[in-house]
Amino acid sequence: MEIIQVNELSKKAYQIRKLTLELLCEAKSGHTGGSLSEADILSVLYFSKMNIDPAKPDWEDRDRFILSKGHACPALYATLALKGYFPLESLSTLRKLGSKLQGHPDMKRTLGIDISTGSLGQGLSAGLGMALASRLLKKQNRIYVLLGCGELQEGQVWEAAMAAAHYKAANLTAIIDYNRLQIDGSNSEVMELSPLADKWRSFGWKVIEIDGHNIEQIVNAFEEAKQTVDCPSVIIAKTVKGKGVSFIENQVGWHGRVPTKEELAKALIELDERMKTL
Amino acid sequence: MKDLLSSRVAYGKSLVELGKTNPKVVVLDADLSKATQTVQFSEEFPERFFDMGIAEQNMMSCAAGMATFGLIPFVSTFAVFASMRAVEQIRNFIAYPKLNVKIVATHAGVEVGQDGATHQAIEDIAILRAIPNMVVIAPADWVSTKKAVQAIAEYQGPVYMRVGRSDHEPVYQSDFKFEIGKSVQLRSGKDLTIIAIGNMVSKALSVAEELSKLGFSIRVIDMHTVKPLDETAVIDAAKETKGIITVEDHTIIGGLGSAVSETLSSYNLAPVIRIGIQDRFGQSGIGDELLDYYGLSVSNIVDQSLEILK
Ligand SMILES: Cc1ncc(C[n+]2csc(CCOP(=O)(O)OP(=O)(O)O)c2C)c(N)n1
Repeated sequence: MEIIQVNELSKKAYQIRKLTLELLCEAKSGHTGGSLSEADILSVLYFSKMNIDPAKPDWEDRDRFILSKGHACPALYATLALKGYFPLESLSTLRKLGSKLQGHPDMKRTLGIDISTGSLGQGLSAGLGMALASRLLKKQNRIYVLLGCGELQEGQVWEAAMAAAHYKAANLTAIIDYNRLQIDGSNSEVMELSPLADKWRSFGWKVIEIDGHNIEQIVNAFEEAKQTVDCPSVIIAKTVKGKGVSFIENQVGWHGRVPTKEELAKALIELDERMKTL
Repeated sequence: MKDLLSSRVAYGKSLVELGKTNPKVVVLDADLSKATQTVQFSEEFPERFFDMGIAEQNMMSCAAGMATFGLIPFVSTFAVFASMRAVEQIRNFIAYPKLNVKIVATHAGVEVGQDGATHQAIEDIAILRAIPNMVVIAPADWVSTKKAVQAIAEYQGPVYMRVGRSDHEPVYQSDFKFEIGKSVQLRSGKDLTIIAIGNMVSKALSVAEELSKLGFSIRVIDMHTVKPLDETAVIDAAKETKGIITVEDHTIIGGLGSAVSETLSSYNLAPVIRIGIQDRFGQSGIGDELLDYYGLSVSNIVDQSLEILK
């Protein structure tokens, strides 16, 4: 992959992070940590991998994206705005009465949202439904589902994992934002997940383990998933919750709090500096 | 002798008919296809049938995903599991985004019989009715079930349809117009109205027959759609007859009786007596025996009716 393209995608991820913090500060509530950790994955999907056209959000042959960890939608809204689904200005309406941008993604209100989410543990099932539908209709769509790691404690995820392998849904790719934190603490403190890769393997999935902030690895992982034709793939992306802002990184308390104006100013300076080093 | 056919067998047959004319129809089941009768569809259209295993929650959200591709998923399992194990999936992934998923749940009410309380959904209508965007239907017999399957396939949006397990006296001998949200008056009358759903409609007709022998004129309404309720029919009945009896194989809390009472609560028109399961669980027994035991017998409904008629 060319260095220029990698840098471009990294830069987009930083733009996503900056916008995310701005809109969270404006909304005065929302989920910061898990939005920042998924930014690089969103950047690669929306600006490189997915076959989509913001001018035709209902285009049948488009690839689908499901944010199963729906609470982290601020970063998705920022991504969709940057991609051109709606104007950047509308981001400031997040979580306000009458807004198209609900606290959790709403497919009926927001262009570019392929299915409503917010209740954890269901996105993979919906993704499987899309994958099966696409196959039945003889289409080529790829279906991407981004899950949180704490979310994997939901039993339904494993119902879907079992079913997707049974139906050999190779057009389905799950990505786990493996930042190791949830609300009450780390995964290990709340409910142990390891050995995570083994769990997925034993369910019949192709497992691809990567650094979820390394653009090249993310791109290659999606390529590898695409080449896998006999089973669904899961990309276990090791990430840092709150990635990009030192005082937010790895802090469990930053799951559901938002920056004050002062914190926002500090965070934006840091993100700009990091962006310059690309 | 009249033909007896259970609504679920009619459901299975209707799905096959539907599958022949509508390629968008797909069917999902959770290892109960023989009981729910979706097995008929699976044999005819194996590529459009998905056995999701004993995993009802995954099945519901999966159907939601299919609907976003323009398919029309019919999702079936026992009513107790469809309406309770997977209710949050129905609420957040099907009803909230108003996706075109048809949940057809069989084995509803104490009529289920010997499997006992764990398998007798007596709360499903109350639960599903409380969810915005949901249409809730309980057809009376097999003719009505066939009509309802056609109607809900044509309707754009989420539907919960409850279908009984057992064979029934047919209510409808021939063709009739089934319209979602529009009740059917099966018998005209000016003294009292009996409003019933599902397996209780044929019973309501028997009650009316008994009461007519005593000289009363009884209106009988098949309220096959509990939501949206045919409020006009309810208000007319309250205005034109001395009272209303509702009959359902369902708890009296939140079901048909509640819907009718809620409609009439802002008018001072007529008393409503709700006949159904009196806030308790069912148990094992033969279906008909249980219906009698829980007060859903012709004689009990006649007695309750006489309370108003006196
Ligand atoms: C079914 C369900 N239960 C609980 C919640 C509340 N909740 C929102 S976010 C969250 C923690 C999620 O942690 P994780 O999946 O690791 O996401 P991330 O750390 O990436 O934000 C919880 C418990 C929910 N949204 N849905």
